[in-house]
Amino acid sequence: MTSMQRVLTTLAHQEPDRVPLFLLTTLHGARELGLSIRDYFSRSEHVVEGQMRLLSKYRSDCLYAFYYAALEVEAFGGETLFIDDGPPNTGMPILRRSEDIDRLEPPRVAETSCLCRVLETIRRLKERVGDTVPIIGAAISPFSLPIMQMGFDRYLELIYEQPQRFDRLMAINQTFCVDWANAQLAAGATAVGYFDPMASSTIIPRDLYLKTGHRVAMETLARINGPTATHLASGRGLGIVDDIAATKTAAIGVSALEDLAEWKTATRGRLTLLGNLNGVTMRHWTATLAESEVRGAIAKAGRGGGFILADNHGEIPWQVPEDVLLAIRDVVDRWGCYPLDWVE
Amino acid sequence: MDEFSSELYEALVSLDRLRAETLFQQAIGHKPPMQVIEELIVPALEQLGEKWNAGQIALSQIYMSSRICEDMVERVLPSMASGRKGHRHLAIVVLSDYHLLGKRIVLSVMRASGFDIFDYGRMDVDELVERVLADEVKILLISVLMLPAALKVKELRSALDAKGSRVRIAVGGAPFLFDPDLWREVGADAMGRTAADAVAIVHRWMEEMA
Ligand code: B12
Repeated sequence: MTSMQRVLTTLAHQEPDRVPLFLLTTLHGARELGLSIRDYFSRSEHVVEGQMRLLSKYRSDCLYAFYYAALEVEAFGGETLFIDDGPPNTGMPILRRSEDIDRLEPPRVAETSCLCRVLETIRRLKERVGDTVPIIGAAISPFSLPIMQMGFDRYLELIYEQPQRFDRLMAINQTFCVDWANAQLAAGATAVGYFDPMASSTIIPRDLYLKTGHRVAMETLARINGPTATHLASGRGLGIVDDIAATKTAAIGVSALEDLAEWKTATRGRLTLLGNLNGVTMRHWTATLAESEVRGAIAKAGRGGGFILADNHGEIPWQVPEDVLLAIRDVVDRWGCYPLDWVE
Repeated sequence: MDEFSSELYEALVSLDRLRAETLFQQAIGHKPPMQVIEELIVPALEQLGEKWNAGQIALSQIYMSSRICEDMVERVLPSMASGRKGHRHLAIVVLSDYHLLGKRIVLSVMRASGFDIFDYGRMDVDELVERVLADEVKILLISVLMLPAALKVKELRSALDAKGSRVRIAVGGAPFLFDPDLWREVGADAMGRTAADAVAIVHRWMEEMA
């Protein structure tokens, strides 16, 4: 099977030849090319080359066109702060006062250079792999983006205290998110990661989510012209499984803080699970630990398809060494072949 | 937890500011502020922390309710009032990172628990070393959100050790929740899973240092 066939089969809740592995490396591409992280992300050619090298090294079942979350705030006029040993972060909030929301306009995707760089990356990757390897794009949900647009504390206050302004901000971000996700699909992305950790029960209670982010996700995902994978970026989600399924998203990223077996029971046949290896501890995994972690995840969620092995956050930290990634690959090759007879 | 603080807990989880204020005012009517803080507020905040850690309540509730408590306490026991605890020896900082919410919450919870604490905002290692030495800080609370920032604690620790500082460091924030051994690896003296843990750690250390 090609990676594409493997992934489509599991998304259809059937068993492919082997458990698909999404080794979601972004920054590691810079290391492959011997570039600083800042330089690496400054040109689409770099990211294309980086992703292709990572693909041949680790034989992950996807290419990942995600640059970094701060990019979307950059599109709104924000600043991105780079460091040498990790993903960049967004600088000062672009919305300093809540009144700034009244004048905010969504950026135009085609006219925003940082976004065009990502689209160019997707187009070139598509030229390289055609329909053999899925290309995964990414968009921050309209509901989660304001954490970076205005700062987390002021955003929480906005939600509780200024419902009208909140609605206006959601409308702007929705326009942007839909355009951005659809542009990635048009450029050749197979699916788009809808990053929505604000929805997570780690961050807001379910009743509030239903009145806010859930409504936003229902509307937004309905306007995205392709499959999405909702990702809570390692926030908890077991309490909102049915709500997430109702958004008709195809897959969901599961936190290492939750039990994959519980998720499997709660979602079987409805949502493909993506997860849930702990990227933060992965840094010092031995080959033995990699084996037990990977086997553990496969045992809990592999049967019946509807499962893609991945880290729990949607990005593997820069500090995770090559050996560990190769060890993960190796365990999947040895233990990930269906029908998974070894699973009790 | 006694009946009053569980009532306060309920009011806080549902973000019923009015109800929380009423309970607090009733208590303040016949007990000194610090006693009310310790018997009413601290247990309610602890309970909030425990429930969040167990995945039963959300961060937004923690944040909003810690602000409510901070407001109430500030009114009866303003910052730098003589009855406050920890004055001059206690500081909090966001190290290297740009994510301020964790620190904001810990700060509110510390203030609502009757502490006075220096707010260093966000700093890099060198600047922080200087400030800790200049202010003779005895207990330093560090909040981070990114893994590279968490790893910077190690650098901070050795720089402080090199200068002979004996400051005790308590760390917290998402990377420490995902890797329970990380705090030891970076040379911290304690790790808190919730903002209320900061209160418990500081209480313990202040007793040990007394
Ligand atoms: C929501 C979220 C997002 C949102 C918003 C992020 C933001 N705040 O700006 C979005 C989608 C935008 C996002 C983006 C990114 N994220 Co993010 N995100 C999260 C998530 C789900 C919650 C983060 C959060 O803000 N929590 C709120 C804070 C206040 O919670 P907290 O730190 O846990 O603090 C509590 C306790 O720990 C304690 N505490 C905190 N400090 C202290 C201090 C002391 C002394 C004590 C005692 C206690 C204490 O009290 C607090 C309240 O109870 C976490 C995963 C998770 N499950 O936690 C990942 C996480 C923080 N993200 C992460 C990363 C890497 C990123 C990105 C860099 C990804 C990228 N490549 O672009 C970007 C950076 C965005 C930016 N700002 O530029 C990583 C960081 C670790 C790492 N791998 O380096 C995490 C941990 C995910 C993971 N498991 O790896 N993210």
